[in-house]
Amino acid sequence: MPLTEFIVRRLLQLIPTLIFILIVVFVLVRLLPGDPTSAILGDRGTDADIARINRQLGIDQPIWVQFWLFVKSVMSLDFGNSIVLKRPVTELIAQRLPITVALTLLAALISVLLAVPLAFVAALRRDKLADNAIRGAFQVGLSMPVFYLGLILLTVFGARLHWFPVGGYGDTFFDRLYHLILPATTLALSLSAILMRNLRAAIIGVVDAEYVSFARAKGLAPRLILIRHVLRNALISTVTLFGLSIGTLLGGAVITETVFAIPGAGRLMVDSIYGRDYPVVQGLTIALAVLVSVTFLLTDLLQAYLDPRVAR
Amino acid sequence: MTAPLLSVQKLSTRFHTPRGVLTAVNEVSFDVRPGEIFGLVGESGSGKSVTLRSLTRLLPYGATIDGVVLWQGQDLVGMSDTAIRKVRGGQISMIFQEPMTALNPVLPIRVQITENLKAHTDLDSSGRAARARELLDIVGIPDAARRLDEYPHQFSGGMRQRAMIAIALASNPKLLLADEPTTALDVTIQDQILNLLLDLRDDLGMSVVFVTHDLGVVAATCDRMAVMYAGRIVETGTVTDVFRGPMHAYTRGLLGSIPRSGTERSMLLSIEGTPPGLASIPNGCAFHPRCVFASDICREKRPDLRPLGPDRAVACHHSDAVLAAGSVLA
Repeated sequence: MPLTEFIVRRLLQLIPTLIFILIVVFVLVRLLPGDPTSAILGDRGTDADIARINRQLGIDQPIWVQFWLFVKSVMSLDFGNSIVLKRPVTELIAQRLPITVALTLLAALISVLLAVPLAFVAALRRDKLADNAIRGAFQVGLSMPVFYLGLILLTVFGARLHWFPVGGYGDTFFDRLYHLILPATTLALSLSAILMRNLRAAIIGVVDAEYVSFARAKGLAPRLILIRHVLRNALISTVTLFGLSIGTLLGGAVITETVFAIPGAGRLMVDSIYGRDYPVVQGLTIALAVLVSVTFLLTDLLQAYLDPRVAR
Repeated sequence: MTAPLLSVQKLSTRFHTPRGVLTAVNEVSFDVRPGEIFGLVGESGSGKSVTLRSLTRLLPYGATIDGVVLWQGQDLVGMSDTAIRKVRGGQISMIFQEPMTALNPVLPIRVQITENLKAHTDLDSSGRAARARELLDIVGIPDAARRLDEYPHQFSGGMRQRAMIAIALASNPKLLLADEPTTALDVTIQDQILNLLLDLRDDLGMSVVFVTHDLGVVAATCDRMAVMYAGRIVETGTVTDVFRGPMHAYTRGLLGSIPRSGTERSMLLSIEGTPPGLASIPNGCAFHPRCVFASDICREKRPDLRPLGPDRAVACHHSDAVLAAGSVLA
């Protein structure tokens, strides 16, 4: 079965990617200005204190020993303790990352729900009023920075109309979902604009394809032709773009969480960078990188499912 | 003479472009009789493919069709969209030039056959599956049960064309429209597909309208033929008559450009120049700038298509001179 083979091969490719991520994270954190010891001690530490903390953190060891210890602890999901919050990094990630994932998934869902039907309308009414209106509106959405868009939505739908909460995060599932709608929409708009444009172009390309003429020549109903023959083929390139955009979406979540005061991984990341909380930065970076790699993997699998020519 | 299966009367197809209206097909009339293979011949841009697609209105958005296409007592040109969907694929099927692009790359062949059956027959899903296997057998694809679940890219070029024919035949059409179905194939495969089409015509009693630029293919398969130039039919007749005594200078030129074996080595005749674009069709006879027989009248007056017998018609002011010049094939 070529598909299983494809999945196995693709999973094996994940290993070098993860090793590379570990190396990059390890090097990057040590390139950051300032060092953790002085972050912990402030500027009042004696030489003896510095030596003690360095020993505790393992910073006095040779660099390859440090890397080996780093890999070993990452493998056992131990990212050390947060210097600022004094709690295990794994626990912090487990607490904050699901919020960001939920925000990103909701944003992804909203962008698809916006992009797919509108791309259809725009493509099938090519160069007509509807097409121009949709493209124009998305052009505006695309050219506006996320934080500005967020503030506008917040002012209009939160502060003015009171339809949505202005910030924070609820307690129950539905309350949380409710809190996430506005930030997720903010995050979704620019992605949906990109997806819409891509899918519109793909649909236009596919509509003129000979196999669509053949489907018409078979006397199939227009709706069946659109879904089975046009959409299915047009989605292939858009799915790839969508998967690759999830990484960007996670990056955008950092800004959105700040604007909407959501206690997610993005906020934690920003706070930790300011606080030189290296173990947290390190742990979060790895977690996010793994998440993005897994998304790419899922994208490839979805593409292989949609396009039988991929898995060969 | 039997009543025609399909009767095309003064069919014109126009494309409305930002630069004006282009007439791709101009007052084309012909009949297709039951069980006959009718060839539509011409160079690229002569309007033969657009004519074929106009029959069941399979044209891109923005094209308009005038005239009458009479099919079983009904005019396909004026028919509602819902009604013509019953005709398409059910009574009149179509196969295309390039099976690689005409088959949907992401669907297994099974789906591409059964969706036709679902639209036009009352078969249940096991009935459709059985019919799909039967169809692959009919068109000569071995190991049908397994191949049904394969995708177009797993088929060879010839097998793809067979699969496309199987799809077109699914609901027992009475007429098959074939748009250069062998042009993209190797010569050996081409022969196999032509023989398959001939067998199918005999076994299933279908008629075929065969669009091609290849006169060799016409000679091997067709009963009657029409030669198109710049959107009009310029000569029509039985294949034997036209090949033996072409009466239009263009037909004569086309016949002169086929390489032949078994004869003394002679120069291949080619027609000078290129066919006109739709936006700049010459006045008078559209062929006159390329014609060795052209005189003043050809530049001024467009020749009508004159009937010369039950099966024969020509649109040329100098048809007698062309006929007297003799077929280059003789």
